[in-house]
Amino acid sequence: MKGNEALAEAAVIAGCRYFFGYPITPQNEVPAYFAMRLPQVGGTFIQAESEIAAINMVFGAAAAGARVMTSSSSPGISLKQEGISYMAGAELPAVVVNMMRGGPGLGNIAGSQADYFQATKGGGHGDYRLIVLAPNSVQELADLTVLAFDLADRYRMICMILGDGFLGQMSEPLVLPEPTGLKFDKSEWILDGAKGRKPHIVRSLRLRPEDALEKLNLKLQEKYREIMQHETRSEEYNTADAEYLLVGFGISSRLLKSAVQALKSQGVKAGLFRPITLWPFPSRELAACAQGKKKVLVVEMNAGQMVEDVRLAVNGSVPVDFLGRMGGMTPEIESITERIKSYAA
Amino acid sequence: MALGKPIIDISLCKGCELCVHACPQKVLSMSAESNEQGVPYACFDDSDNCTACTFCALICPEYAINVIKYEGVRT
Amino acid sequence: MQLDTKEKLREKTVFSPTPSLNRRPHHYCAGCGHGIVHRLLAELIDELGIPQKTVLIAPVGCGVLAFFYINVDGCEAAHGRVPAVATGLKRVNPENIVIAYQGDGDLLAIGTAETIHTANRGENITVVFINNALYGMTGGQMAPTSLVGQKTKTSPYGRSAAEAGYPIRACELIDTLEAPVFIERTSVHSVKHIIRTKKALKKGLKNQMENRGYSFIEVLSMCPTGWGMKPVSATEWIEKQMVPYYPLGNFRDR
Repeated sequence: MKGNEALAEAAVIAGCRYFFGYPITPQNEVPAYFAMRLPQVGGTFIQAESEIAAINMVFGAAAAGARVMTSSSSPGISLKQEGISYMAGAELPAVVVNMMRGGPGLGNIAGSQADYFQATKGGGHGDYRLIVLAPNSVQELADLTVLAFDLADRYRMICMILGDGFLGQMSEPLVLPEPTGLKFDKSEWILDGAKGRKPHIVRSLRLRPEDALEKLNLKLQEKYREIMQHETRSEEYNTADAEYLLVGFGISSRLLKSAVQALKSQGVKAGLFRPITLWPFPSRELAACAQGKKKVLVVEMNAGQMVEDVRLAVNGSVPVDFLGRMGGMTPEIESITERIKSYAA
Repeated sequence: MALGKPIIDISLCKGCELCVHACPQKVLSMSAESNEQGVPYACFDDSDNCTACTFCALICPEYAINVIKYEGVRT
Repeated sequence: MQLDTKEKLREKTVFSPTPSLNRRPHHYCAGCGHGIVHRLLAELIDELGIPQKTVLIAPVGCGVLAFFYINVDGCEAAHGRVPAVATGLKRVNPENIVIAYQGDGDLLAIGTAETIHTANRGENITVVFINNALYGMTGGQMAPTSLVGQKTKTSPYGRSAAEAGYPIRACELIDTLEAPVFIERTSVHSVKHIIRTKKALKKGLKNQMENRGYSFIEVLSMCPTGWGMKPVSATEWIEKQMVPYYPLGNFRDR
């Protein structure tokens, strides 16, 4: 299946019956698939008037208790930031998909990884986080989408799938995931009419001293601490006896895996550490993996974003280098292998 | 004989005077003193002229007015 | 028949606040129309028997705390996005009665796209537009509905049509769309108009209860503080200045 369509089908498998979105390349297959599929399962698809309208429809649908998704690409995700911040403050669950493209600005329609900062460091205003999942294959796009809905509901927040134009357009074989069957009780807070209960209010506004905004923020920070403790995910490849460690996420990691194999055939011991959750960043796991390595090379399709979190994670214990291409260009495997081999010189 | 009377919760009154203006029988006026909000408040003159039309209550933005109608009064 | 002067007078309450109205003192200024419209909505919610079904979406504006004053499920929305939030809520729980409560900036400035497209999709909701010809909460700036010549914080010399365009008439704008089933402009500047407003709001809510489609009620409302005048003068300003430009009446009733 094509990546964009696989993630949409996986959402339906996970019980998502509401999708609101707007066309933008390279994710147009996502709304088109939902437009075809949701009526088949009694769901609702709306092509909203803008990405802003879409994220606010998500706000309403999430407040009503539904599993809901929106999808866009970089410039459209910029438009959604206010809505994302509101949903963080109101503790509303949803899955937001960003199939990244070249930027900044209108940029181009090639895949890129330049929205890492936007996804993990804010994007919207205020102290909040998103759980950010970075798949690197069509299979993983599908699997992580199913996981995303469970994480969003469990923690009452947005879970973002950070993909890119290449993943979205790629066609690969996959086994469609099974629904997890996990159910989350939302009856304490959703807006379904105050029958036999006190009215619920869904809001992020806290003006009065007795429901001070700081109290809400403390609650959110406690939640985020719990997530950092329990929800990191990462993968290692050939790291046990590696001298050099390559670090990359998403589509870059596919190149890095090939680079590791190429280096192996050239007698160079390199391994790959692949964060799957970009937030919470698998700092503990990375620090442990990097220990004893001679050098870490972070490879991204941006000007150097995740590399900052890598440096924080290893905290000076290993030197960290960076190799990147911008504007939707992909690094060549040879440039990666040459850089690693240059460390030995 | 009065047909009814307004009951004004003067602590809620913000002194907007809309009820005074709306009353067709002119039985409402503003007090000389201030209430706990620091403004003059609407007062009923206790006359027999109130017809319990409820105009005052309908226009009051503060829900400060209840209206009583007397039953057993014949005109 | 002789009047029995010894007959005891029984007192019957003919007007008191309705149960769905929260009797806490509210934050609106003296003479503000919000308080009146909140009460009308609460009365209708009780009269129509829908307090357990209603979800009230509050705007960004003076009405931002509206759901504290009416005892029904309440929802916040980002500025201008009430209709989008309403769409999401209504599509998920169609049996809920969703009231989209908005002011000038929310409906006709930042939220123009959402206003038009939600109306155009014919979402089965009730939109209540409080038109007081300026932005109240932020201190009295010019709104898309401010009149030509009207002095506001951001039109200190009076609104200039050459600079800022003409005021927008929301009902007429929505009336160009196919889908809406009820469009009416009313006012709360006198008891007569308050009674008409309640009738219009009732139709808007009943339309939703009967799944008839999208209803839009625009209510001209006093903003004494923003207009720099006393409440009674504000009612006169509506009568003399606003009504000639924003004619009252029904535009559509399908």
